[in-house]
Amino acid sequence: MYRYDNYDHSIVADRVAQFRDQTRRYLAGQLTDDEFRPLRLQNGLYIQRQAPMLRVAVPYGMLSSEQLRMLAHIARKYDRGYGHFTTRQNIQYNWPKLEEVPDILADLASVEMHAIQTSGNCIRNITTDHFAGVAPDEHVDPRVLAEILRQWSTFHPEFAFLPRKFKIALSGSDQDRAATLLHDIGLHAVRNESGELGLRVIVGGGMGRTPIIGHVVRDFLPWREMLTYCEAVLRVYNRHGRRDNLYKSRIKILVKALGPQEFTRQVEAEWEFGKGSPSVLTDAEYERIAKHFTRPAYELLPALDPFYVEALADSRAFTKWTERNVHAHQVDGYASVTLSLKKTGLPPGDATAEQMDFVAGLADRYSFGELRVSHEQNLILADVRKRDLFALWLEAKSQGLATPNIGLLTNIVCCPGGDFCSLANAKSIPIAEAIQRRFDDLDYLHDIGELDLNISGCMNSCGHHHVGHIGILGVDKNGAEWYQVSIGGDQGNDAALGHVIGPSFAASQMPEVIEKLIDTYVDVRTEEERFIDTVKRLGVAPFKARVYGSREAVHA
Amino acid sequence: MPDVIRNGAVTPDAWTFVGLGEGFDAAAPLPTGAIVVPLAAWQAQREALLARNESIGVWLAPADDAEALRGDLGRLALIAVQFPKFTDGRGYSTAVLLRRAGYQGELRAFGDLGRDQLFYLSRVGFDAFALREREDLAGAIASLRDFHETYQGSINQPAPLFRRRETAGTTR
Repeated sequence: MYRYDNYDHSIVADRVAQFRDQTRRYLAGQLTDDEFRPLRLQNGLYIQRQAPMLRVAVPYGMLSSEQLRMLAHIARKYDRGYGHFTTRQNIQYNWPKLEEVPDILADLASVEMHAIQTSGNCIRNITTDHFAGVAPDEHVDPRVLAEILRQWSTFHPEFAFLPRKFKIALSGSDQDRAATLLHDIGLHAVRNESGELGLRVIVGGGMGRTPIIGHVVRDFLPWREMLTYCEAVLRVYNRHGRRDNLYKSRIKILVKALGPQEFTRQVEAEWEFGKGSPSVLTDAEYERIAKHFTRPAYELLPALDPFYVEALADSRAFTKWTERNVHAHQVDGYASVTLSLKKTGLPPGDATAEQMDFVAGLADRYSFGELRVSHEQNLILADVRKRDLFALWLEAKSQGLATPNIGLLTNIVCCPGGDFCSLANAKSIPIAEAIQRRFDDLDYLHDIGELDLNISGCMNSCGHHHVGHIGILGVDKNGAEWYQVSIGGDQGNDAALGHVIGPSFAASQMPEVIEKLIDTYVDVRTEEERFIDTVKRLGVAPFKARVYGSREAVHA
Repeated sequence: MPDVIRNGAVTPDAWTFVGLGEGFDAAAPLPTGAIVVPLAAWQAQREALLARNESIGVWLAPADDAEALRGDLGRLALIAVQFPKFTDGRGYSTAVLLRRAGYQGELRAFGDLGRDQLFYLSRVGFDAFALREREDLAGAIASLRDFHETYQGSINQPAPLFRRRETAGTTR
C-alpha cells in the first residue's frame, strides 16, 4: 500500500499544527462558532448529540495492521473503546473531547493517517473497490489513480468552499463495487482497443433527498488528463452550483438544471484550458505510485488445497461461512475474506478496540499485514491462503467476527442514526437489531439468499437506503419516529433507486413488515431468483398487497 | 482606512471602495481619486473612468463573471473580489480565471475573511487581503505559510508536486 515520503509527512504535520492553533484560538474565544465550524469539519470534527464526533479518513479503504492498532489505541485513549466503520470506508469516533482532537490527529499522523476533508463542503475521501488488486474481474487496479486523486484533492485551494460536499469514487473491474453511479464524480478505469488506459467519467449521481443515477459525460478520458478534467468539472460546479438552498446545492442538481448535454459542453469548454497544463499526469508519477501497489510475495499454490477441501467436507458451519464470507482471488490458492461487523445485537459497523487489535493480528498472520474497510461496513483480509481459511475462521469466530452473512439480509448497512447523529430524524441501530433478531435462523437466512437491506436515519442517506434491495428511511412525523420502506433499489452496474411501497410504519412494526416482504418473495420466487430479481419481475404490487392488506382491512 | 496585507506585509491602503451598500445606482456620479467601483458601475461609466487618467479598480461580487473584464485587464490597477461570507468559495475560481486570462495587477480578496483563509487565497492568485476588522494582521501573515508543501498546481505554483519532484530528480 501507499507509504508517505517526506513531502506527505510534512503536509500532514503542518495540518496538525494548523488545527492545533485553530482549536486554541477557538477555545480562547478568538474564533466564533461560525468561523470555526468549517475549519473543524474539514478535519472531520462534528458536534453531535452527546459529544463531538471525529471521522478519520481511510483513503480508499486501505489500512495496515499498524494503522489499525493505532485506531484501537485512539479508541481506548480518547474514546470509549470502540469505533464505527462508515459507508464511505472511514472510521468514526463518537466520544472524543474537542481539546484532545489535535493530539488524536498527531497520533494519526505518526502512522500516516489523518482526518483531512472527511467532512465539510470540499472534496471528500476518495473511495474504491474493496477488492482492488485482488478481484478476478479487475482490469485496472484503481488504487494508483485513487492515491493520485487523494493527493490532488488534499488541500486543493480552489475547492475548499464548494456549494456542498463532493464525493469521488473509482472502479476498475467488471462489477462496480464502489457505487460509482451514485457519486458526484464516478470514474471507471478502462482500457480501449489499443490497450491504453482511460476513464469513463460519470457526473451528477447521488443519494440524499433527490437520488439520481449519474450521467456519463465522457466515455474515454485519457488517464493523464484525470486531474485536468476533474478540475474542469469542479470549476463549473464551484461557479454555478446553487448556494441559496442546501437541498439543491449538490452537483447533481446543477447537471439536472442545465441538462447533461449543456453541463458537458461547459465542462469540455473549461477543460480546453487544462489540457496540456502542468497538471497533466506523467508516466513517471504513475510508476512512482504504482510501486506502492505491487503484488505481495504470493506463494505458488495449487488452486485447490487438499486441507481446505477436507475442512469443507468436515464442517457445515465452516462451509456456510465460506459460501458467504470468502471471495474469489486473482491468484491460485488464495482467497479474500470478509470479517463481518454485523453480528446480531451489535451496531452494524462497530468494532471494539480489542477486535481491532485482534484483526490487526489476523492481518499480520494471514494477509501480509494489510486489510480493507468495505463500504458495507465490514473488514476485509484480501490475501489469505486457502489452506489457512479454516484456522482463520476459528480465530475470527472466537471474537465474534465470523457471522456468515455477507450479502444476506442481516448484513445490514446502517448509519449511526438518532442514537448519535444530530441530523437524524429517527434511530436506525435498534431497527437493524430488531430485524436481525427476527431473522436469526441461519438456514432460513441462507435460503432467502442475497439481499441488501440498508437503513438511513434521515434523508442524507448515509445508510444508502435508496440502493438497498430493501431500503428503510427514518422520517419524523410530528416529533415521532416513523419508517418508510422501499424495495427494488440496487447498487453496482445495475444501480437502481428503490420504490417506496406506501405509508410509513412505527418502529415496532418493522420486523413484521420485513417478514411479510420476505414471505411474499419466498412464495412467488422462481428457483434462480434473488429477492431483487423478483421485485424487478413483478414490481411493487404483490409486496405492497401483502404488507398493507391486513392493515387496510383493519381501517375498513 | 484599514490596512491590508499586500505582498506578505501589512501596508496602508489608499483605495476607496464605492457601492458596497445596497441599492447602488451604477450610473450615479463617482467620487474622484483612487476608487474601486462595482462591475456594474465600471460597465456603465467605463469611458468616463478611463478618461480620468487615474488608477481605477473594479470589485466583483461572488456571482460576477470575471469574463466581463477580459478586455480591460491591462487597464485596471486593482481587481478586488468580495467574500460576503467566507464559506462562499466562488471568489477562488474568479481569481483563477482572472490570473489565467493574464491579469497582472493587484488582486485583492476582501470581506468576511480571516487568517485561516489566507493560504488558499494566496494559492489561487490573490496577492492582497483585507480581512475582518478584528483580525490581527501582523499575526495573520504567518498563515500565508501554514503549509511548506502542496500537492496540486495552482496559480502561485503552477507545477504540481509530482512535476517538481521529477525535476528535482528526488523523492526525498
